[in-house]
Amino acid sequence: MSIKKISKEELSQLVSTLIASGDRVEGVQAKDDKFAFGPLTSADDLRLDYDVTLLSPRKYVLPPVESLMTFEVGGRYQSEYDTEKLTLIGVHPYDMIALNQIDQVFSQDEVDNHYTTRRKNMTLIACDVVTPSENVFASSMGTATVSEGYDILLTDIGDAYVADAPTEKGQALLCNAADATAEDLAKRQAVQERNQSDLNRHPLNCKIEDLPQLLEKAYDHPVWEEKAASCFSCGSCNQVCPTCYCFNVQDDVSWDLKSGTRSRAWDGCLLENFANVAGDHNFRKKRNDRFRHRLYRKGKYVPEKLGIGTACVGCGRCITACVPGIANPVDIYNTLLNDIKL
Amino acid sequence: MSECCCGEKDIYLPELATITRMQHMNETELFLHLELDSGKELGHMPGQFVEVSVAGIGEAPISNTSSPTKSGFDLVVRKIGRVTNAIHAMKEGDKLGIRGPLGHGYPLEDMKGKDLVFICGGIGLVPQRSLINYVLDKPEDFGKVAILFGAASFEQRLYQDQLARWAQNDKVQLLETIDKPHPEWSGNVGVVTTIMNQIDIDLANAISLICGPPIMYKFVIMSLEQANVSNENIFVNLERRMKCGVGKCGHCQINHHYACQSGPVFRYSDLSDIPEAI
Ligand SMILES: Cc1cc2nc3c(=O)[nH]c(=O)nc-3n(C[C@H](O)[C@H](O)[C@H](O)COP(=O)(O)OP(=O)(O)OC[C@H]3O[C@@H](n4cnc5c(N)ncnc54)[C@H](O)[C@@H]3O)c2cc1C
Ligand code: SF4
Ligand code: SF4
Ligand code: FES
Repeated sequence: MSIKKISKEELSQLVSTLIASGDRVEGVQAKDDKFAFGPLTSADDLRLDYDVTLLSPRKYVLPPVESLMTFEVGGRYQSEYDTEKLTLIGVHPYDMIALNQIDQVFSQDEVDNHYTTRRKNMTLIACDVVTPSENVFASSMGTATVSEGYDILLTDIGDAYVADAPTEKGQALLCNAADATAEDLAKRQAVQERNQSDLNRHPLNCKIEDLPQLLEKAYDHPVWEEKAASCFSCGSCNQVCPTCYCFNVQDDVSWDLKSGTRSRAWDGCLLENFANVAGDHNFRKKRNDRFRHRLYRKGKYVPEKLGIGTACVGCGRCITACVPGIANPVDIYNTLLNDIKL
Repeated sequence: MSECCCGEKDIYLPELATITRMQHMNETELFLHLELDSGKELGHMPGQFVEVSVAGIGEAPISNTSSPTKSGFDLVVRKIGRVTNAIHAMKEGDKLGIRGPLGHGYPLEDMKGKDLVFICGGIGLVPQRSLINYVLDKPEDFGKVAILFGAASFEQRLYQDQLARWAQNDKVQLLETIDKPHPEWSGNVGVVTTIMNQIDIDLANAISLICGPPIMYKFVIMSLEQANVSNENIFVNLERRMKCGVGKCGHCQINHHYACQSGPVFRYSDLSDIPEAI
């Protein structure tokens, strides 16, 4: 299908229709002086001009706590799946790329059908960034624009949106929209080109492809110790990160002690007990080991596992969330670049 | 809320197995023989593990300790926390949830025709037993076998009957040690490295297989290196925290390796530049 154009009123009507249908619709809204994804009850609440959301949209594909199965005490386990239809509106390109990565993790090797079931029931409406956030560095990470994963990508060109719908789900929503003109497409390209250079509050001093090689040589660099010395092991950097997906599994028993639920919940590699085993042995006991592990996952381990460029998409959330101000990945990579020859 | 849209198997769903035999080996270790309620065999290879579920408490990764040449499967569970305590409180006929077999076991093809040296510390004997019994059930495929077993104390010597049976096998040299002296013990006292010089097998041409508490690996590997054993001929069985067992939850990572997928058995030469391994 060709690329469409819809006016701001038309988008608003579309969102109103979706809400009226009774299906679950979630989107970006103002929350005090910040922004957050949440349930939409009125199209007027949708804010596609936001800078960054507090939590990433990862919470929709991997909820903070999610039931995997129910059981009877003493035997019989029964899988549980979340099959609710959901339309999610306002995912920025860097977050879309993060979702694409998590999609890959949960469908590679052994497929996690809890994840894929939920994902198949989602319609994802992404949008190009209008307002850069205070800590974004997506331009440095090659994630300022996105070309796949969404059902619709909206680009604000002033009085209207250019809307690209590569999937049937997306096309169905745009069936009444007019085609975008060459002039509209040129405006869209200008927005995307601007974002490719301007979403860059923390410029990285090397190419993303160089990061694994840089980290290869940086394992014993003093920066880990220096930064981690003031780390609280609070795990906030994991919590806000759109590409963190590690989880814990726990059982809860109902009040009559006869049945219960096994669920998974977010976990974080910065938390002290993440690598603990019986006999009170902790494989990452020292803070700097945990601190380094996160940066290696973002820059080396996950990229190697998935065959992608980087698992840090430059949203800047960890920079904002970290109270002692040590979590900035670019800061660390640039420090390493000062000392290490590639 | 219960239908999967894609018809694929739920990788987290345990199947039921019944405890058909159990025996308390000492104060902390419990031996279990299990059979899947489906009537099928587990189909594991030596060195693989299962996730054992107690509904309402949780899951724990436990090694298969029996050879796949026998029907059903054996586990040995050390009482240490919530799940393992609950398993200890069970009786014959009770049911456990099982997921598996999981992970990557011993590379049997690479061991064919070779002499094998098993170096085990404490409960590390448990996973190694799956391979020892496999090898002894197929004597024509493998060379001689040395089994070194170090226990922390006299009471913690596991599998006494089993050790005695192995000792009677012409192919086997059994060497035992305990860390602390005991009035009833006349054998070697000291950590497992103190009996390595008594091995009759030519170490440099044999395969060495190590499993024990985290602290043990470094010292055993140092001794093996002094005996000119190359890293290609050393296999280590590494325990890490495991939640999913299928490469998703991130808990078992050893730098970029996932112990639940590429391990728990690793060839040491694949780990020599992996700082978190040993
Ligand atoms: C591949 C593999 C094979 C193993 N084989 C055996 C075996 O054959 N027999 C045996 O007795 N034990 C074995 N273990 C160790 C066993 O998994 C742990 O003792 C068990 O998970 C503890 O569970 P729990 O609920 O009883 O303890 P908890 O109440 O959870 O906690 C007790 C201690 O166990 C640690 N722990 C919690 N969860 C895990 C986990 N998932 N993995 C490791 N440690 C954990 C905690 O940090 C704590 O220190 C193996 C572990 C691995 C990874
Ligand atoms: S590491 Fe920080 S900047 Fe990078 S994706 Fe995660 S939260 Fe965003
Ligand atoms: S790096 Fe910062 S946000 Fe992350 S655990 Fe340490 S103190 Fe918390
Ligand atoms: S145990 Fe979950 S990734 Fe290995």
